[in-house]
Amino acid sequence: MTASLDPPLNAAPAAVLTARTVFTAGLLAILALVPVYALATGETFGVALFTRTIILAIGAVSLNLIMGYGGMVSFGHAAYLGIGGYAVGILAKEGIGSGFAQWPVAVAASALYALVVGALSLRTRGVYFIMITLAFAQMIYYVAIGLDRYGGDDGLTIYKRSDFGGLINLNNKVVFYYLCFAILLASIFLISRLVNSRFGLALRGTRSNERRMRAIGFPTFRYKLLAFVISGALCGLAGALLANHTSFISPAIIHWTRSGDLIVMVVLGGLGSLFGPVIGAVIFLLLQEGLSRVTEYPDLILGPILLLVAIYVHGGIGGLLEGRRRG
Amino acid sequence: MAEALLQTERLTRRFGGVTAADAIGLMIAPKEVHAIIGPNGAGKTTLIGLLSGEIVPEEGSIRFDGTEISGLPVYRRSQLGLARSFQITSLFRDFTALDNVALAVQAHRGHSFRFWHDARREDALRRPAFAALERVGLRDRAGTRVDKLSHGEQRQLEIAMALASDPQLLLLDEPMAGMGPDESARMVHLLRVLKGSVTILLIEHDMEAVFALADRLSVLVYGRIIASGDPETIRTDPAVRQAYLGEKHGTERSGHDG
Amino acid sequence: MLYFFEQCLNGIQLGMLLFLLAAGLTLVFGIMDLVNLAHGSLYMLGAYFAATFATLTGSFTLALILALVASLIAGMVLEVIAIRPLYGRDHLDQVLGTFGLILLFNELVRLIWGPEGRTLSLPPEMLTAVQILPGVHYPIYRLVIILATLAVAGLLYVLVMRTRLGMLVRAGASNREMVGALGINIKLLYTLVFGLGATLAGFAGVMQAPILTVQIGMGENILILAFVVIIIGGIGSIRGAFVAAIIVGLIDTLGRSFLSDLLHLFLSNNAAQTLGPSLSSMSIYMLMAAILVFRPEGLFPAASR
Repeated sequence: MTASLDPPLNAAPAAVLTARTVFTAGLLAILALVPVYALATGETFGVALFTRTIILAIGAVSLNLIMGYGGMVSFGHAAYLGIGGYAVGILAKEGIGSGFAQWPVAVAASALYALVVGALSLRTRGVYFIMITLAFAQMIYYVAIGLDRYGGDDGLTIYKRSDFGGLINLNNKVVFYYLCFAILLASIFLISRLVNSRFGLALRGTRSNERRMRAIGFPTFRYKLLAFVISGALCGLAGALLANHTSFISPAIIHWTRSGDLIVMVVLGGLGSLFGPVIGAVIFLLLQEGLSRVTEYPDLILGPILLLVAIYVHGGIGGLLEGRRRG
Repeated sequence: MAEALLQTERLTRRFGGVTAADAIGLMIAPKEVHAIIGPNGAGKTTLIGLLSGEIVPEEGSIRFDGTEISGLPVYRRSQLGLARSFQITSLFRDFTALDNVALAVQAHRGHSFRFWHDARREDALRRPAFAALERVGLRDRAGTRVDKLSHGEQRQLEIAMALASDPQLLLLDEPMAGMGPDESARMVHLLRVLKGSVTILLIEHDMEAVFALADRLSVLVYGRIIASGDPETIRTDPAVRQAYLGEKHGTERSGHDG
Repeated sequence: MLYFFEQCLNGIQLGMLLFLLAAGLTLVFGIMDLVNLAHGSLYMLGAYFAATFATLTGSFTLALILALVASLIAGMVLEVIAIRPLYGRDHLDQVLGTFGLILLFNELVRLIWGPEGRTLSLPPEMLTAVQILPGVHYPIYRLVIILATLAVAGLLYVLVMRTRLGMLVRAGASNREMVGALGINIKLLYTLVFGLGATLAGFAGVMQAPILTVQIGMGENILILAFVVIIIGGIGSIRGAFVAAIIVGLIDTLGRSFLSDLLHLFLSNNAAQTLGPSLSSMSIYMLMAAILVFRPEGLFPAASR
């Protein structure tokens, strides 16, 4: 018996879906065309700015997996940016410049740390969980400061970008831009498969009602932990990209306010939506950039904006686009 | 007499100075409908918690289908065939009814370390889920989000989810809670249909339903089982009448005393 | 040995400052269920207020008093305008909102006071060392910090345990709806509690200013330590915060002083020098991690929650 077993997934009114879809498509189109514009006009500043935006968007995408879909608020995700970045930096300094070595190490090290942090932290929940992830990031922060050989507090310059032989030349800014963009899109695509798979539904069910999940027979801990590890690994990759982009890595990227930035991006874009983190990253970084041009005190405006978003907008900017507002 | 499907011995749990479960001994036979009744505060919540695994006993044992389960976590007991429904509706509110039940099916169909294929298109999950919905009469509401379902429908969904895992024992925690007379009657009818095909341990306040469905009753007062047996025996037991049926308030409508 | 004793006192003194911060945080956490990242900003404001008032009046004591009043007012105003809408909200919304407040306050301070930071000087007598035990000398001011905080701790204890307000605070911590149902003006209560927390934070900021720092961003570093203190001590528990603060203060101070020396026994000079501070900072987080694993409610969890 077949019948129609598949109702539309969490159907939203068609008109509203369009607004958000149009916006997202437009945003992606702009991102895709940034280097084209730069090549045409000779203005390369946009490329640098948007490369950074895209890389941090990857970080936000990774955080969204556990926050938006898994209900786990990690206040320590900047640690993985740092681990990934330092993997590249340390290997580079030790003479291992091949990206084929650096990047897998970046991902693996981040995954490993996420495994440890997750195994310990996921025994707790709510605000306890938030604080313990923060603390674990702080540990990495202090370790990084203590790494005298690798710059310590001052940071480490990375003289050469990751070398991939003839495969791809990261020194070309445009090539690097599109690589990051491709990784961003690939991540989103993979996550889109993930969140509708058995694993994804188990994760989302746990976010919705963990007690119920256990009652129907799910060992929720292992799924949360795996999601946490995947998230950390992806963020580690973003860290490797970031180190390449800035040719520099320092403990500053691990500061807890950087973790806060990632959370802001995810929330601004709308929790638990596929492209939300990209929207959030773009808005946040453009805001920062724009405000710092307009005034010498950008946070005077950015701070209250965040507060207002927190108070009045349910579901982030994405929620705005879908017409949902706090009653 | 058949071997008990669920058997507890001297099951005890205290909270601070209160003994919420006092050496509880239960024997639930396979395929029977066994009701637990008792006044408010008798310790029914604690008992459910002990049986489901959310509360750890201090003393005593719980044997399910021959296996000692008192040390097992909640999800493990579910996997062994012990399904429960919640007194206060506990569902996945942002998912459809079908999604809810499909998740319950998923928990019992292999592992969930599958990352690529859309689980909502998995026949092996959707079909049994649909069947469970049909069994409780929610077939037409399969595609509706839980937060749009009526209270009665949500209670039905609770049962569907418990059924979806094809359990050996259904632990139903006040399935009639918050229902009006029509909805209650429907629920009783549903349970009557289920009776005989699956063992049911029913915690209920609604006396009409209890006496209509139960093969045997146990009466829980201040954490102790004070009487256990078939409905007529219980109805006429003086200790029971004094402790429970004699209460002035309450939801039972036991009109006809023998 | 004497050095060790002196470092212990320094550790206790740091612990006292942490306690002041943690107590305010824990009250707000425990009663209003609010994650307030901007608590560190109130600490920072206290220090800046005091620095300015000291310049204006020339008196440390007067500056202290004025700064406390200013902190109280700032706290209550903040609560009414920005914090109220966050009650009952998802912790994530609160994190986001108060994070925005941190950004705002740091920028405001930069706008009003400039980027360089300030100093707060003490009357020279305060800095002289006093003999508290045979052969042990300790600066008066640091003793003052310890004693003053102990006094505040005592007052807090009396307030929470013995007064009607304290009863409401404890009742609120364990049963919010009940207190509301009794007709107590919850709004006012919350504003007062928040104001109290702000004053405690400001007080800590003022007290540490002469010996540590008055600069932008000073709140965030100590804020994390304060959260760690709360987690270790148990959310909602003043007593827990007190014990945990002392433990954390001692570990941090003794760690910085002696861990390097200890490591020198095993490692090369350089390694010990750099590893020391890192490890001692890490040790606090490792303690917190251990607590969370083995006793997640904390050392002295608040009664019914």
